[in-house]
Amino acid sequence: MSGVDTTAKLVRMINQIVRNLLHDKDPVGAVAGHVHAFWSPRMVQQLRAHGSDGLDPVAIAALERLGQDHGHAAG
Amino acid sequence: MGYEPQADFGTPAVTAQTRVSLLIDGRAISVPTGTTVMRAAALAGGSIPKLCATDTLKQFGSCRLCLVEIDGMRGTPASCTTLASEGMVVHTQTSRLEKLRRGVMELYISDHPLDCLTCSANNDCELQDTAAQVGLRDVRYGYQGDNHLGAAPDQSNPYFDFDPSKCIVCSRCVRACDEVQGTFALTIAGRGFESKVSAGVASDDFFSSECVSCGACVAACPTATLNEKAVTAIGKPERAVITTCAYCGVGCTFRAEMRGEQVVRMVPWKDGKANRGHSCVKGRFAWGYARHQDRITTPMIRNAITEPWREVSWDEAISFAASEFKRIAAQHGNNALGGIVSSRCTNEEGFLVQKLVRAGFGTNNVDTCARVCHSPTGYGLKNTFGTSAGTQDFDSVEACDVMLVIGANPTDGHPVFASRMKRRLRQGAKLIVIDPRRTDIVRSPHIEADYHLALRPGTNVAVLTALAHVIVTEGLVDEAFVRDRCDQDEFRDWAEFVADARHSPEFLAPVIGVAAQDLRGAARLFATGGNGAIYYGLGVTEHSQGSSTVMAIANLAMATGNIGRRGVGVNPLRGQNNVQGACDMGSFPHELSGYRHVSDPAARALFEAEWGVPIDPEPGLRIPNMLDAATDGLFKGIYIQGEDILQSDPDTRHVAAGLAAMECVIVQDLFLNETANYAHVFLPGSTFLEKSGTFTNAERRIQMVRKVMEPLNGFEDWQVTQALARAMGLDWNYTHAREIMDEIARLTPTFAGVSFARLDAEGSLQWPVNAAFPDGAPIMHVDGFVRGKGKFVVTDYVPTDERTGPRYPLLLTTGRILSQYNVGAQTRRTENARWHLEDVLEIHPSDAENRGLRDGDWVRLASRAGETTLRAQITDRVAPGVVYTTFHHPTTQANVVTTDNSDWATNCPEYKVTAVQVTPSNGPSQWQLDYDAQSDAARRITATAAE
Ligand code: SF4
Ligand code: SF4
Ligand code: SF4
Ligand code: FES
Repeated sequence: MSGVDTTAKLVRMINQIVRNLLHDKDPVGAVAGHVHAFWSPRMVQQLRAHGSDGLDPVAIAALERLGQDHGHAAG
Repeated sequence: MGYEPQADFGTPAVTAQTRVSLLIDGRAISVPTGTTVMRAAALAGGSIPKLCATDTLKQFGSCRLCLVEIDGMRGTPASCTTLASEGMVVHTQTSRLEKLRRGVMELYISDHPLDCLTCSANNDCELQDTAAQVGLRDVRYGYQGDNHLGAAPDQSNPYFDFDPSKCIVCSRCVRACDEVQGTFALTIAGRGFESKVSAGVASDDFFSSECVSCGACVAACPTATLNEKAVTAIGKPERAVITTCAYCGVGCTFRAEMRGEQVVRMVPWKDGKANRGHSCVKGRFAWGYARHQDRITTPMIRNAITEPWREVSWDEAISFAASEFKRIAAQHGNNALGGIVSSRCTNEEGFLVQKLVRAGFGTNNVDTCARVCHSPTGYGLKNTFGTSAGTQDFDSVEACDVMLVIGANPTDGHPVFASRMKRRLRQGAKLIVIDPRRTDIVRSPHIEADYHLALRPGTNVAVLTALAHVIVTEGLVDEAFVRDRCDQDEFRDWAEFVADARHSPEFLAPVIGVAAQDLRGAARLFATGGNGAIYYGLGVTEHSQGSSTVMAIANLAMATGNIGRRGVGVNPLRGQNNVQGACDMGSFPHELSGYRHVSDPAARALFEAEWGVPIDPEPGLRIPNMLDAATDGLFKGIYIQGEDILQSDPDTRHVAAGLAAMECVIVQDLFLNETANYAHVFLPGSTFLEKSGTFTNAERRIQMVRKVMEPLNGFEDWQVTQALARAMGLDWNYTHAREIMDEIARLTPTFAGVSFARLDAEGSLQWPVNAAFPDGAPIMHVDGFVRGKGKFVVTDYVPTDERTGPRYPLLLTTGRILSQYNVGAQTRRTENARWHLEDVLEIHPSDAENRGLRDGDWVRLASRAGETTLRAQITDRVAPGVVYTTFHHPTTQANVVTTDNSDWATNCPEYKVTAVQVTPSNGPSQWQLDYDAQSDAARRITATAAE
């Protein structure tokens, strides 16, 4: 086993997305839209299961928005 | 089809608005103004004897064999240097001319060995043909005078010989090397009778010279002086088939000249629109791997990767693979399966693999190796312009005034296009290179970059923002273009952002490591120098901000009005031959062919109707996500066609762990590659010489790949995918690759007008080919952006997490070299290996001195991901603090060192920046030793004969 913590990786990935979309007019919407377009539902679930620990506030809001807008929660 | 050499019109074609009419031997002909009499005669169906002229080179006028008579003109002018003019009356066959020509020819032949019958070029030699053409039967001077017949041949190049005794000193080779290739490796040394062709170094042989073995001189030579070794070994070709190179994204087309089932030589096709008759050492010569002894042609299976391989029949291998995949789907769900499409395979093969995954496995877990190279291009250009592709054709470079080359090393990675860039640069175009390393294009014969911005790896976005700052604050924006073509609000936001003082060159210079005045100078040159074209490569995409960099490039092109006409544009130089095609074919987990998102109900409905199955509306897993899911125990089976992710993908240990955690790994390839060490099913693949299909190059040009010999494994790759699909219960019945293209055209609006019949008739097509662009589109966004208004995107520089520190004080960046291709599976199995026996680590003299290293020493290269060892090469090509290596050899394992950092938008790995330490070493690392042992064990094959 490589000992890679894949959840930690997802935290890092979404925070990285946030940092690159901060200049958008609606950063929360942009992050939610990006995750919806490119992440498989299972990755979103895994991150949700992990909770908000280590997540940028914009990422937390984006995950919430994602549930409301896209029904991704059930994915 | 019988063998005919390519037509030679003697001098190059000219394009002119006006035409002139003349009479040649009584035949009337009209030609563009500026055409030579020689070319006009050839166009009229005649043929004037010639030796120093050929239509790939500028006219030279040295052999005096092409003399003609022209009414009203004195003497006998050379037809290759005389321009046709209105009303001219030309005679090419008179007794006076015959006599003169025979006399000239006699002099040539008296100094030429008369071993035609045993010469390898017999019946394929212009000298022989021309002697016959002028009716030369005997040589009055005899052969006893001074001659060069005893000169020793130079056989140092692995692919061609140079036999000076046969040289007629026409200098076609020298001119080809200068004009076509731009390497200037050859000279005519000496004068008069003493003159001879020389590779210009002390040892004076081709291999140790500057020669890059492109073959242009061989193609130009009218005698057997420069001749392929293969022609000598195999014999003269009997037929020729036009096909497309399977190496890089330039997409050169070749005549595969065959004798029976054997390739004799690959001759660049003059009508090929991507290469215009030129080639590089890989496409021209490095095809021998097709018959290499390492090729596996019998399917193999095993229950566990600790077992040796068992050779089995195709039926057994396919049904084993299908039953394993069905079992995994039943036990763990469809999403435990996935597939990888190769950018080396054809469009048709890629399309079928993603179809099998989506329609057969019932998941969107499909990805392509473009993930690790140009996925940010797709993301960035789609966002800003509306299409995931480059904007220009290669010909466009002829009208370029300023070239901005960023993160690309064209002379090594895209050599044939680099030759065209260099030709334009020699004509006076300006050059800005943004690269941490002094690549060859920065300084080469007759070329010197106006600016080389040797940035710190990882600061691309900072550089582009600084350039944009200068353009905006110094009033250099093309206001009219931006007003007409781009969204105004987005432009204003962007302009305000880049104009901020913290984006000035002066503020960013310390971050970038380049002087502010150079950044300012480069920005001014790009904005004011005329047509500005941006060419970029993996040095842009393979970063944590790869996608942002692509968008920053698009911003720069829009702000300066450099989009939508010849000579400008944003041009991604694609790595592998079919990266563009693999992306177009819907190989990404979130997109169907033609870049339509899986969540788009209309697009899904089209596919569902054609395929008769539902398509998942949610994106699937990308390659790194699949590997993560595998180590989490959620992803169990993968079908990998033509890729070697263990060697090519970052963080090798993690890739190995992911593969090892899977229950069924199917590898379809030519060789037992590194990934196959972790495979349970090995399905032999076929080379590009053995199949039909299409590749799409970096200019969106779709070109035919034609089968020139039967597949050694018995099947084309698409047939293997079809067998697997049928075993999984899909009723596929394609009988030829053309039927797959017909399905692609039905389902993909940008390919609507593409078919094999049209490609056969027209040679190539540049997508989109549809009602709006019936003949394709060499240049995009001419009348407006595909997305409507061009979108400026604010790209803030976010430093990578990969930082140097006391433990890892140097930055490693990676790349490739001319003679090798990607993981080297093909090129290492050819004579090209002689140019690059191992991967080395380039290190600056000061960093080497600090560590007590000498050139050639073994060094340990360590990062937080892992460590490997290789030899050091001390050079100032790299800046202090930066080290560089290639990844062509599996034993080097450069990717053991690269990390899992990736582009924020696409997960394209950050190959170009890894913090490392370099220390002296005395041998291979423990990982290399363990890996070698594991790899040897995993490659064992039990000798059971297949049916
Ligand atoms: S092979 Fe190419 S580089 Fe080498 S001498 Fe000939 S033209 Fe020049
Ligand atoms: S080597 Fe061939 S092309 Fe070069 S000068 Fe001699 S005959 Fe001409
Ligand atoms: S490798 Fe690229 S440049 Fe070389 S011949 Fe093939 S397509 Fe052309
Ligand atoms: S062909 Fe015209 S001078 Fe040689």
